[in-house]
Amino acid sequence: MTMPEAQPLHAQPSNADPTATDFPALRVANLAKSYDLPTSLLSRISNRGEKATLRALDGVELQLNRGEILALVGESGSGKSTLAKILVGSTTATAGEIQYHGAPMPARRGKDDSRRIQMVFQDPYSSLNPRLTVGAMLRELLLLHAIVAAKQVRQESKRLLNLVGLEEDALDAYPSQFSGGQRQRIAIARALAVRPDILIADEPVSALDVSVQATVLDLFASLRRDLGLSILFVAHNLAVVQHLSDRVAVMYLGRIVEVAETAELFRNPRHPYTRALIDSIPRMSAGSVTEAFQLEGEPPSPFDVPSGCRFNPRCPYAVDACRTTDPVLEAVAPAHLSACIRATELTELAVARV
Amino acid sequence: MTDPLLSVRSLSIGVKRGSTDPTLIVEDVSFDIAKGERFGIVGESGSGKSLTLRAIGDLLPRGVEVLAGSIRYNGTELIGMPRSSRSKLMGPEIAMIFQEPMTALNPVVRVGEQIAEGPRRYLGMTRAESMTRAIEMMAKTGIPDPVRRARAYPHELSGGLRQRIMIAMALSCDPRLLLCDEPTTALDVTVQHQVLRLLEDLCDDSGAALAFVTHDLAVVNQTCTDLAVMYSGHIVESGTVREVLSDPRHPYTQGLLDSAPDFDRPDRPLIPIPGFPPNVASRPSGCPFAPRCPFVVEACRTAMPPMVTVAPGHGAACIEADRISRELVAR
Repeated sequence: MTMPEAQPLHAQPSNADPTATDFPALRVANLAKSYDLPTSLLSRISNRGEKATLRALDGVELQLNRGEILALVGESGSGKSTLAKILVGSTTATAGEIQYHGAPMPARRGKDDSRRIQMVFQDPYSSLNPRLTVGAMLRELLLLHAIVAAKQVRQESKRLLNLVGLEEDALDAYPSQFSGGQRQRIAIARALAVRPDILIADEPVSALDVSVQATVLDLFASLRRDLGLSILFVAHNLAVVQHLSDRVAVMYLGRIVEVAETAELFRNPRHPYTRALIDSIPRMSAGSVTEAFQLEGEPPSPFDVPSGCRFNPRCPYAVDACRTTDPVLEAVAPAHLSACIRATELTELAVARV
Repeated sequence: MTDPLLSVRSLSIGVKRGSTDPTLIVEDVSFDIAKGERFGIVGESGSGKSLTLRAIGDLLPRGVEVLAGSIRYNGTELIGMPRSSRSKLMGPEIAMIFQEPMTALNPVVRVGEQIAEGPRRYLGMTRAESMTRAIEMMAKTGIPDPVRRARAYPHELSGGLRQRIMIAMALSCDPRLLLCDEPTTALDVTVQHQVLRLLEDLCDDSGAALAFVTHDLAVVNQTCTDLAVMYSGHIVESGTVREVLSDPRHPYTQGLLDSAPDFDRPDRPLIPIPGFPPNVASRPSGCPFAPRCPFVVEACRTAMPPMVTVAPGHGAACIEADRISRELVAR
């Protein structure tokens, strides 16, 4: 009997220099995803055969550096979850490229490719199989991916549970016996079981109560610190994002419109949409309510993306050029990208408005 | 001193189980809401905040009932009132906004029709008058192109628009009291901002009082004037928003504030509350928060601490309320 080749513990990509720090763990270029919607015969006749195309992602540029927590924020329908699904390989992109540690990720992933990028879902009540004990769930993964030999499965499962702050006795219990926070820990343990180096977390704390949310956020921070994981943290709660992440990418209608380090982004937003998001955050400190920038309307339909800048119909600073030029995501300050033709004027414009 | 619009006294809600003692989910809850007041009820899932709100609207789920206490609306006792007279209050006097507008709206009736139903039934309007009223209400809630949108079905509208339809429906009969159950939790942050502002403006205009259930302290801080914090079926602290959030006297309120990220204080570490809320069926004797409380003393485990007034209009159900304030200052 041959022993399965031991997988490295976490975060040891095979084809890259592990000492490099600014090396991208994951990089996507010009990523697009569109869905052709089935149309009724009648509308096909009346529209002369034109199909309704939903553009969920439309030219996404994003880089996840090794060992960082990158937050991805945006309204529902902005394409955050579609991007997460593509990155983890559960759906394929229509166009564009994904690079994993500098090498292109094949569209059809093998077992080893899919092992490296793992996902934690929003709702721990529906993402765990209710009929498998925690131990059986971990065992299946550990053996399928030949992470450890059968004899060591229990030992390894225990290690995983300890890693996420649970005790060994959880192994023989079913998901229904746990609270929401504990279930989310189990889901994280499951993701870690196959020793990924990238974790994609899709709104992992938004279904949890605040008192529990804090412990799960701490867990993510410690996983990054102790295991060197690179984490893409999809979220809509900006206070959570500000607390946890190193950098933030803001998404609007299928495209990244701003990327910067967390403190810089919140202090000095260079895209009007980011500014609107920040001004919409409910605040704990009385008197800090900003009335200056309330966004009107709702995101337009991804079936009918506005021409020019996709934000222009809702943007208070839109000028004629915004309706014709589709701005590209470019550097407006060191390590600060924005897709707005008025990015550099924005600070003065905001002051003028108040 | 005018009478409060709504007065809840020693309200207990629970499930009856044959000959054994009923399981209490909400126990001995009392609060007042004045005319035009915005009252927030804050707590985590399972704290009983939504059931308390639903008891006011006579919308408790099947099997769950009010076991004791009184709910007086404008001086009239609601508990024990015949269903028919109570349902006459819902709409023209008390209206409710739910968390998920998709499940609260009728999917096969056009939204304008759904809004018009109330005014037609309660205000005696004709069909045409009620439709005019519906469109007027839709315009008031900031729905663009209300005439066309009135003919839409709920699924054709976005989440933000559906929530506005619910608000339009709730306000269509000019209620004096609006019950809101997490009305913005399902919405995006920019839309949440719009909806909260809208609710405030409309309540300012009509003078309606608001009972606002949420888990988000920041939302309460921006929307409400007064609040009650619920934990495991009890109100553990109440007072003005300003007072309770700046000088919390109950360790649970303190724990909630410490565990939630605060956008204006990004570097503050988050301190989770250890442990879990007790199961309602096996709640410990004494203070329900005792097993998780950092300030717990022996006496906490024997009897539920009474609500003590720590400052005018500010109460906390904690025997150590004074010490907790001092320890906070020391930190």
